Amino acid sequence: MKAFLDIIKNDDASIGVPREHFIDCINETYLENIKPKTLNALKAYKAELMLTDLSKPVIIVGMGTCGLANGAQKVFDRFKDELNTRKIDAQIISTGCVGYCAEEVIVDIKLPGRPRISYARVKPKDVPNIIETTLINKEPVRDKVLGVYDEINSQVWDNLPIIDNIPFFKIQQKIVLENCGVIDPENIDQYIVKGGYKGLSRILKSLKAEDVIDEVLKAGLRGRGGGGFPTGQKWKFARQSQGEKKYLICNADEGDPGAFMDRAILEGDPHRVVEGMVIAAYAIGANEGYIYCRAEYPLAIKRLKKTLADAELYGLLGENILNSGFSFKLKIKEGAGAFVCGEETALINSIEGNRGTPRPRPPYPTTEGLWGMPTVINNVETFANVPVIIRKGADWYSSVGTQSSKGTKIFALSGKVNNVGLVEVPMGTTLRQIVYDVGGGIPDGRKFKAVQIGGPSGGALPESVIDTPVDYENLKGIGAMMGSGGLVVMDETTCMVDLAKYFMTFIMSESCGKCIPCREGTKRLYETLDRLTRSYKNENDPEEALLRFQGMVYLERLAKVITTTSLCGLGQTAANPVMSTLRYFRDEYEAHLYERRCPSGVCKELLTYKIDTDKCTGCTICALKCPVDAILGERKKAHYIITDKCTRCGQCMMNCNFNAIYVE
Amino acid sequence: MNKQSIFESYPRNDASQLIPLLQQVQTVFGFLPDEQMEKVAEHIGIPISRVYGVATFYNQFRLKPLGKYVIRVCRGTACHVKGSLDILRMLESELGIKAGDTTKDLLFSIETVACIGACSIAPVIVINDEYFGGLTPKSVHKLIKQFKDKG
Repeated sequence: MKAFLDIIKNDDASIGVPREHFIDCINETYLENIKPKTLNALKAYKAELMLTDLSKPVIIVGMGTCGLANGAQKVFDRFKDELNTRKIDAQIISTGCVGYCAEEVIVDIKLPGRPRISYARVKPKDVPNIIETTLINKEPVRDKVLGVYDEINSQVWDNLPIIDNIPFFKIQQKIVLENCGVIDPENIDQYIVKGGYKGLSRILKSLKAEDVIDEVLKAGLRGRGGGGFPTGQKWKFARQSQGEKKYLICNADEGDPGAFMDRAILEGDPHRVVEGMVIAAYAIGANEGYIYCRAEYPLAIKRLKKTLADAELYGLLGENILNSGFSFKLKIKEGAGAFVCGEETALINSIEGNRGTPRPRPPYPTTEGLWGMPTVINNVETFANVPVIIRKGADWYSSVGTQSSKGTKIFALSGKVNNVGLVEVPMGTTLRQIVYDVGGGIPDGRKFKAVQIGGPSGGALPESVIDTPVDYENLKGIGAMMGSGGLVVMDETTCMVDLAKYFMTFIMSESCGKCIPCREGTKRLYETLDRLTRSYKNENDPEEALLRFQGMVYLERLAKVITTTSLCGLGQTAANPVMSTLRYFRDEYEAHLYERRCPSGVCKELLTYKIDTDKCTGCTICALKCPVDAILGERKKAHYIITDKCTRCGQCMMNCNFNAIYVE
Repeated sequence: MNKQSIFESYPRNDASQLIPLLQQVQTVFGFLPDEQMEKVAEHIGIPISRVYGVATFYNQFRLKPLGKYVIRVCRGTACHVKGSLDILRMLESELGIKAGDTTKDLLFSIETVACIGACSIAPVIVINDEYFGGLTPKSVHKLIKQFKDKG
């Protein structure tokens, strides 16, 4: 195994390359005392890493969690087998997620002297054909091509799109995700050769901690975990705080359902996060740090472990980093599955070995955090922004984005949209651009209804406001928040009352129970919503109807109480899904309330199940499955549902093999 | 790691080791048996009530053994709008247990998780480490039958 460390160490005059110049030496900005032989070896190895000067083909399989879920491991194994049996000399490596989840499994092939070509939706059975056509005949498999990378010779095959020009990637600006899906995340050299650790090397040699903070302040970086607090400001507070020790924590407890940005960064480019953390630690004067990662991300944890070990081996982490006298020890803490631990004070409690309940603020963690010491907690994406700010400068960074929100934001685009995936766009891009240009619109010709932004703490936004440019302030103005970046698209078949109920179920079960407004309030909110979506025997009793109506009136009042009196961010935003759906989709609530019907056909108990007597074959399966014996009929003759008895559980419809059961 | 040496690599009387230690116990035993929680309390030097408090707070910890096949149903937002509740109900009625429970023959357990992050193939379930995506209640029926046949 070749590595920069070995090449530079193997130099007889290695004493001539002081450790502080290790990164410069690789970047060829420090050439004193380096023997020509070493320099040549370096250059050759770099060309190999950059895939610019290859002696044999390289096959790169996208193996992030979404790739693996789509069968990337099987594709990878098949390639290995085929290469072995055909005795073809090629290198096969894995990479992180390029973000285009809808097209997984994505396999890139780079032939010597040809541009890197991306194949989409590769199945194990496609492998022999790809090997035959591309590796042997040097031709693209045209119906599988996603695009070719924009490199020299990219025109060598006619009529293939450049990957950056296809709609999904066109308006994206990859700054944080530049390496994801491109490099091998488990190879530190690949990160270094892309300019990694250059920023760290620079600040350790030439910048004072205060200057680093100023640079981040000037860049205008704001916390990507949701709140949008200026990162530089946070660092400044911690720097100024007194304490015998200071801690730095990376919040990788990405609990928002429908968000997977942090996972993709950790799986696809973990060294970027580590570099960002070392820079931050230097700035605030911390010598110890933790990465708090959710246990549901086993691959991310595995890669992080290797990342930390490699960075330490290279002297980029641990004692006396790059001979600067600065030390920073970093440990991984596995979360144990609690949404509230994404809240910073709850996270601190969890690291200390307690139940993950939040603490009142102030004192803020920057004055009194982990073990009572000043602590800075930033999100994965925030740290991942830091190296590029240091490397390219605050002026460059702040040229991207809007007046108040700088840089880019990564969104996890999912739900009823054609191109599910990870999207990095400059701040100020509109939601319409994200959903329609990047996301390719709604599948099956259905109509767009809403987009849920910011997870359970955010809000559902209708068509009328999706032309708003996305930044922290604008989103607050329209009743949502940036959150961590989940973007779930919904079409006309999604019921907004059901959605609000879904989020309340989630928050109710994840509420830690410490403060009353959140613990009891969310439960009452849930009950009110649940009542709207259910049918009752005494449905027409005026008193029942009045209670439902009263519930609706109290819903808004209760939501306000929860928002203003809860202890932590989870509670304070818990009512957002209800408030935003009430604001924009009041008509749906009213249909449930007054007309006792669900316009989207989702709330089962408000539907009437019927059997199409022409389609029914009398197989009796529905009658057998019905838990309340509400279905009658003779064998081999059409069956009937007794509506009064029916509990609308939907079992009959799920089990019918002839699509004979429908709802009204 | 065998059952005796679990505790060795964790320093005594260090409260911050509580969660990692419980995680290790669960990895070895598959769940948290009462007597192991007592040992943990003794090792860390804290009351057993606190160990129990932590063990019941976090979703990851289980106080009952799991089935041979652990079915984790993703209940993330993307899966929800694509019908994961129907999938869950189907599984529950197929196996005759509720989410969080294990079948009597210790073959299946059903758990719900907030988000697996495989939104591109929603709705998705994970059986042990294998992902199954783009499911419908009908395909779930077939899938479970396959696993039942396998035993």
